[in-house]
Amino acid sequence: MTLRRTILSGMLGLALAGSTSTLALAQEALKIGLILPMTGPFASTGRQIDAAVKLFLAQQGAVHGGRKLEVVLKDDTGNADQTRRLAQELVVNDKVAVLAGFGLTPLAMATAQIATQAKVPQVVMAAATATITEASPFIVRTSFTLPQASEPMADWAAANGIKKVFTVVTDYGPGIDAETSFANKFKGAGGTVESVRVPLRNPDFAPFLQRVSEAKPDALFVFVPSGVGAQFMKQFVERGLDKAGVRLIGPGDVVDDDILEGMGEVALGTITTHHYSAAHDSPANKAFVQAFQKANPGMRPNFMAVGGYDGMVLIAKALEATKGDAAGDKLIAAMKGASWESVRGPVTIDPDTRDIIQNIYVRKTEKVGSELFNVEFATITAVKDPVKARK
Amino acid sequence: MLTILFDGIAYGMVLFVLGCGLSVTMGLMNFVNLAHGAFAMLGGYVTVLAMQRLGLPFLASLPLAFLAAALVGLVLERLLYRPMYAKSHLDQVMFSIGLVFMAVAGTDWLMGSSQQFIRLPAWLQGRFEIAGIGIGRYRLFVIAVCGLLAVGLHWGFTRTRFGSRLRAAVDDARVARGLGIPVNRLFALTFAIGSGLAGLGGALGVELMGLDPTFPLKFMIYFLIVVTVGGTSSITGPFFAAMLLGVADVVGKYLVPEIGAFIIYALMVVLLLTRPNGLFARARA
Repeated sequence: MTLRRTILSGMLGLALAGSTSTLALAQEALKIGLILPMTGPFASTGRQIDAAVKLFLAQQGAVHGGRKLEVVLKDDTGNADQTRRLAQELVVNDKVAVLAGFGLTPLAMATAQIATQAKVPQVVMAAATATITEASPFIVRTSFTLPQASEPMADWAAANGIKKVFTVVTDYGPGIDAETSFANKFKGAGGTVESVRVPLRNPDFAPFLQRVSEAKPDALFVFVPSGVGAQFMKQFVERGLDKAGVRLIGPGDVVDDDILEGMGEVALGTITTHHYSAAHDSPANKAFVQAFQKANPGMRPNFMAVGGYDGMVLIAKALEATKGDAAGDKLIAAMKGASWESVRGPVTIDPDTRDIIQNIYVRKTEKVGSELFNVEFATITAVKDPVKARK
Repeated sequence: MLTILFDGIAYGMVLFVLGCGLSVTMGLMNFVNLAHGAFAMLGGYVTVLAMQRLGLPFLASLPLAFLAAALVGLVLERLLYRPMYAKSHLDQVMFSIGLVFMAVAGTDWLMGSSQQFIRLPAWLQGRFEIAGIGIGRYRLFVIAVCGLLAVGLHWGFTRTRFGSRLRAAVDDARVARGLGIPVNRLFALTFAIGSGLAGLGGALGVELMGLDPTFPLKFMIYFLIVVTVGGTSSITGPFFAAMLLGVADVVGKYLVPEIGAFIIYALMVVLLLTRPNGLFARARA
């Protein structure tokens, strides 16, 4: 009796396994290797993008261009060696058709060679140093570049009576990108700039802010990685710089939507230029924010989430264009020049640089209802990455 | 300039409270506890939770941070640390660094990886000026609390019965036991105090240094510098070391921001070359 039952159930199992595998063959699932920092100091980036990718699959379905998308998520903890190893595994063992994610510049750079050699498109959803897309002809970016977000700030500052700016940036790739692009543009417009760079691991901003308070600039331009932004803001107010009439300006990282609410009143009045705010006023974005918050209680989508969501949109669009053909060169060709209406506004993938062309908004941090938001009040349309545009 | 000196002192004070717990366990008990930062993080999170979820005022959450960290310290001492006392320092290092990684991963899982924030009461925000020196209210508060603590600790370890029994137990546990000193209980209590101090330091530091699950790793280097430079045989050593390093770090970054981050390390090298056993070393057998 028991033996017969075992044999029977075994046969049943085999039959089931057989049927699912033929089903899978028929659909030919297309794998996307999503590499993100899910733990470690940059985990919030990974979580935002992961949540956005899941939301995309839930909203738009998994089948695009006749292929079923299957996302394989790997955690690189923000460590470039890991990213490289995971990318290699994903390409060789899992046969992924697309690599995606990449929370930080070194992580994206570490994978560039693999993308080139394997001819696998690498969709950068977060890392924002300008040069990344030059590292491989297979890299496409759906986030932004720091010069793209910082240069419009220089124009805005110059046009709004700011003459003397002090810049404080974190001393690493994106920080230096932000500082130099802002400073060059602002000096070109006739302003003066003084700069300090803060070490990446810096617990106390007091000494730098003291220099700022003695220099008495019209505005303080700041770029720090988003988590540290709150510390910076608090000390800015503690030092009384806001009352001394120093305006706080910069790209949007310092008032990241993910942590803005936790910062409290100190963030009020900050002027930033960025490509996305959760308060972006469009029906598409309202629906996006609502769905995101429903699926992830207690989380607000930030610019990372939008980069992740649009990364998926881009992959789906490319697949539709190639009618399900996932060959790397065909996908990349289909991605070049792709354009769509994102929740952040209209975007296009620049066919020459594979970087995203998008609107940059000037925003002010304000209280909307009981919550803090970056409210957009001016738009600079179709901004290309200025670094590559000048070449 | 005096403003920056003041900022440096406040920063040093937080370093002191964070580090002195470690010099208590490491110096007095001769146990290398790299997991010290995990207790500091616990204190920070207790403060955050007490203020955000329970709505307690900031001042009331500080003792809570101390107690929670002390209590966890007490339990862990009994369960995990005590069997490690007799092991080599290398074993202790491996063991406690393992605890750090567990704490980082556990906190990440429980609390999420993002930065945590507290909102200080209005009377602790902002700053005022005396004779041209800008004084941050919160920094002044930190200096007051930590100053009192330093005096209290020094008194506790040098002038009280508890202190002398502890020092006896550390120098020779067997003889101390023979004299009827409850060595195990004494060690447990000391460990709890050390952990509690870390917790308090973490709570005070949230506002100045931020708090996320990588806290113990991020600041381990600072506690260790304070303890190595200060020496582990007294409270005054780490106190002056923390002051010196806090001020040097802040002033260095102010005057020469290009190399500012290295000043603290350069200073450590110089101090260790000239006084290898710490600032106020007492010869140890």
